[in-house]
Amino acid sequence: MGPRSHVRLVVLHVLVMSLLLSLGGRLWYLQVMNGAHYKKVAADNRIRDIVVPAVRGQIVDDVGRPLVRNRTALVVSVDRTALVRQRDGGKAVLQRLATLLGTPYDQLALKTRLCGPGIKRPCWPGSPYQPIPIDDRVDARKALQIMERQEDFPGVTAQLEPVRDYPRTDGATAAQALGYLQPITQEELNSRKGLKVTGFSGVDLIGRDGLEATYDGDLRGVPGDRRLLVDNRGRVTGIASEQPPVGGGTLVTSIDAKVQGIVEKALAQAMQDARHRGDPADSAASVVMDVRTGRIIALASFPTYDPSVWTGGISQDEYDALLSKQHGQPLISRATDGQFAPGSTFKISSLPAAVKDGYSLHGIYPCPSSYMVGARAFSNFEGESGGDIDLHRALVMSCDTIFYKFAYEEWLRDGGVHPVKNPKDPMEKMARAYGFGKRTGIDLPGEASGRIPDRAWKLAYWNDTKKTDCKRAKTGYPEIAKTDPARAAYLKAISSENCVDGYVFRAGDAANFSVGQGDVLVTPLQLARAYAALANGGTLWSPRVGKAVIAPDGSVKRRIDPVKTGRLPVPSNVLTYIRKALTDVPKEGTAAAPFAGFPFDRLAVAGKTGTAEVYGKKDTSWFASFAPANKPRYVVVAMVTQASTGATTAAPAVRQIWEGMYGLTGQPPALPDGNVPDRLPTLAPDGTVNAPPGFAVTAKNDQPAPASGRPAPAKGDRPAPVKDEQPTPAPGRHPATAKVERPATEHRRRPR
Amino acid sequence: MISEYGGALGRRRSLPARLLASPARRLDWALLLAVLALSVIGSVLVYSATKADGSEGFVKKHILNLAIGLILGGVTTALDYRLLRAYAPIVYGAACLGLAVVLTPVGATVNGSHSWIVVGGGFQIQPSEFAKVGMVVLLAMILGEPRDGEVGPGRRDILLALALAALPAGLVMLQPDLGTTLVFATVIIGVLSMSGAPKRWVGGLVGAAAALALTVWWLHLLKPYQVHRFTAFADPSADPQGAGYNAQQARIAVGSGGVFGNGLFHGEQTNGHFVPEQHTDFIFTVAGEELGFIGAVLIIALLGVVLWRGLRIAREAADLFGALVATGVVCWLAFQTFENIGMTVGIMPITGLPLPFVSYGGSAAFANFIAVGLLQTVHLRHNPYE
Repeated sequence: MGPRSHVRLVVLHVLVMSLLLSLGGRLWYLQVMNGAHYKKVAADNRIRDIVVPAVRGQIVDDVGRPLVRNRTALVVSVDRTALVRQRDGGKAVLQRLATLLGTPYDQLALKTRLCGPGIKRPCWPGSPYQPIPIDDRVDARKALQIMERQEDFPGVTAQLEPVRDYPRTDGATAAQALGYLQPITQEELNSRKGLKVTGFSGVDLIGRDGLEATYDGDLRGVPGDRRLLVDNRGRVTGIASEQPPVGGGTLVTSIDAKVQGIVEKALAQAMQDARHRGDPADSAASVVMDVRTGRIIALASFPTYDPSVWTGGISQDEYDALLSKQHGQPLISRATDGQFAPGSTFKISSLPAAVKDGYSLHGIYPCPSSYMVGARAFSNFEGESGGDIDLHRALVMSCDTIFYKFAYEEWLRDGGVHPVKNPKDPMEKMARAYGFGKRTGIDLPGEASGRIPDRAWKLAYWNDTKKTDCKRAKTGYPEIAKTDPARAAYLKAISSENCVDGYVFRAGDAANFSVGQGDVLVTPLQLARAYAALANGGTLWSPRVGKAVIAPDGSVKRRIDPVKTGRLPVPSNVLTYIRKALTDVPKEGTAAAPFAGFPFDRLAVAGKTGTAEVYGKKDTSWFASFAPANKPRYVVVAMVTQASTGATTAAPAVRQIWEGMYGLTGQPPALPDGNVPDRLPTLAPDGTVNAPPGFAVTAKNDQPAPASGRPAPAKGDRPAPVKDEQPTPAPGRHPATAKVERPATEHRRRPR
Repeated sequence: MISEYGGALGRRRSLPARLLASPARRLDWALLLAVLALSVIGSVLVYSATKADGSEGFVKKHILNLAIGLILGGVTTALDYRLLRAYAPIVYGAACLGLAVVLTPVGATVNGSHSWIVVGGGFQIQPSEFAKVGMVVLLAMILGEPRDGEVGPGRRDILLALALAALPAGLVMLQPDLGTTLVFATVIIGVLSMSGAPKRWVGGLVGAAAALALTVWWLHLLKPYQVHRFTAFADPSADPQGAGYNAQQARIAVGSGGVFGNGLFHGEQTNGHFVPEQHTDFIFTVAGEELGFIGAVLIIALLGVVLWRGLRIAREAADLFGALVATGVVCWLAFQTFENIGMTVGIMPITGLPLPFVSYGGSAAFANFIAVGLLQTVHLRHNPYE
């Protein structure tokens, strides 16, 4: 070897040495300096956190009959990681799956893509490593095909999973009160700690309305955590650690499924009858309340819908139907969120207000067919005259003119159009004391507050509307003038009047207020609790539907009790007087016809009719009642819009409800001996429910739950309604006017 | 320690001692022990990498390969390397023939490379591995001709060597087998420079190789997967499911081993098969994860011992031919070691080259042991007194 080669050999030595050293250096960097980092990355690499869903708790009635429960459904899911690793990214598999399920391929492709910035639903908001539920209305035959032909459907599974089921025990739907579930939105995930996207169709949902929303935290349970070891293909090789889920609690409500069923049937019947008479009867609501405890026994709203449409993802068409006016916006719980003029049912507030203001309880007052309020004549309903009568009679025959007189005289004493510094406003104050104009605080989201149109409200309203009114005062109503010039001129005059002094509390306002007309709005629930206060001796409750939450182990997690929010500032002799008067209403008063033949000896029902005029629409029919009259136990309120007088439509429905509750028509009573259980049903750890002593859980399903295999959603994924679009706003946000049947502006002054 | 010359085993013994010793005693035991140690470690790692499959087939076959390799190495050791000079054209011809057959329909494609001949019984031969031996012997024969008065080979010899080397290199590129092509290039440059060829030739070749690489790159002559593999190493996360996936997973596996490793057979990445080809090209990830920095450095050190002994044998070879054979073997093994471990730890692009003596693979094991046999035969016969 020559000297040149020797030099080069040394170079080669150095070269080899340096190559090996650089490898060693790199290893030092990777393993010693960054070892901890790579250990973490490696753990992420091979450990998949799987959130194990907790089974959502049931909602049961007062004796333990299920209102909402879970059924197992075959859910077809797609493992995205498995699809991506296929040669064509899983396209062929999805196409086969689309053909089998009868859904368009595009829709499956959209459902299985990952949500991200700029990607709106349909998309998968969960972890890419968790199976994506595609369809949970698959019939067993198709599911079997998927599982048997795994070579055709790699990465597709069909598994049994719990989904929400509505058994309609004893015909009780209570759709609006129960509420519904919707997929968790990113905002909800951000705002509520502890919410986890689980990847399982039934549990990635959150209560969006009704009891499901209010008690979401109780029903949801605590999801478990399973850390799986996986290999490079995502195949599970073992379990690293596991924390089992804790099932959701069972919500026991005070709703009695039997009573609820009776109420729904009665309302449906009343609407149907009213329609046969030619009235639109476009909505209805009813509340049954326990006057001693403030608990809600039944809460119904019409139009209603089948809550099982929510299960497994609602189709766009179904969802649009639920929101549409054409279908009567069935999502709205009119019992708590709807606001309506109460009409004469409101007199239980106006009468004690007048007595408190100095009118004698035992005085005799004239009841002419009309009464001059200032320059305008305010008439009795249908214009009949009652002669000189006492207040008892005034309630029984529902004389309005006596109340106009009280209201007008009080208004004059307060200074009229130039009010004194601190006007007494006895009727407005009494109405507020009865809880009107304020939310009851019931444990349901979206409750409306009603409206007490007092001086402050008029001023605020004027401030809101004077701009429009003043503009209309100038421009008039040319669009109406084309067809109805007289009306346009009238509206223009009203507008210019309102523009100048619309804030003034006028005599007509006071008169209308006294009989629950004008701008007075109440919710059926508010009216029910006002009558409950009248019936129970003056206690105003914040009602509750929830009664208790029972943990899966059977222990009572917490009790939910109604709260006393106040007492009526009415002496007990006045309350007794009113109660006694209302006892005669169904016997010989305005509700005598609908209660003809009613066995008052077995159940003394007392009540008050209400017929509220609504501008541009037909009258709202009310009947508010309580029984037994001597020792009141329950309040039943029913309301049907655009359905003629209280006696015509609402009262027969209420009669039907009482008959059902007490078994007055031969059937066994819905409430044994007229009682609802004080004690809670017990839950065995195995899930069986035992009724409280003296009651029985003989669940009879009127209608079976809709069978699976319904056609899959036609378009769109489960629509996640944006809050603002929701007809029932979430708690805390109350754009109350959204669903107010607001009388037109001029209605404030319209004499009856 | 690699640069240190003459350890206890390497030190020249006194003449009588050497005369008394049997030929076996005169083997380079340090080299042999290092190779055996690497083989044992390799077998264990192959077992670890394949045990999840539930069969011990891989490790059994691997041990069988090693046994055959040892026999081949022994035979090579026993041969007088000077006779090889006579056989060199045959070795070269056989290598070229093998490479040519691969390109016919007889050849089989594995991982995008048409590099295999299936011989049945579950065995397949990769002629490019044997071609490495052929290349080393051929270049050493042409460039190691005894010359009088000349410092290095003449232009004619160099051109002849390059021309003959071009044939197998071209055949390998057609497969395409980028890794072996690079091994050939390294061997050519290494042997040529060690033969004493003029600087301009060495420099020119290095420059030409670099220029060719650039040109190929720009002309996209490489198959897409080759370009991918090359570019992926720079930023593996750019394409985690594609070529970068290998690089990223390999890096994670090695890095997660830390200083002491997760323990033999306890590599979670290994058990989860996150790294593809982890019993062949990416065997080092198993060492990195399960044996940690300590174990990984031990393997590098053992490979360092092999290379160091090879260089020492080259220096002490009895003639230029022997020196060039040893040099060629060292260049081959050194490049393959650096490239294989380098791609595992993310400092080299990914090419399909096994880690010498450690990776699973029959042809590679045979070729590697033959290479060790070449070193031993040169070592045994370096003594001019013999």
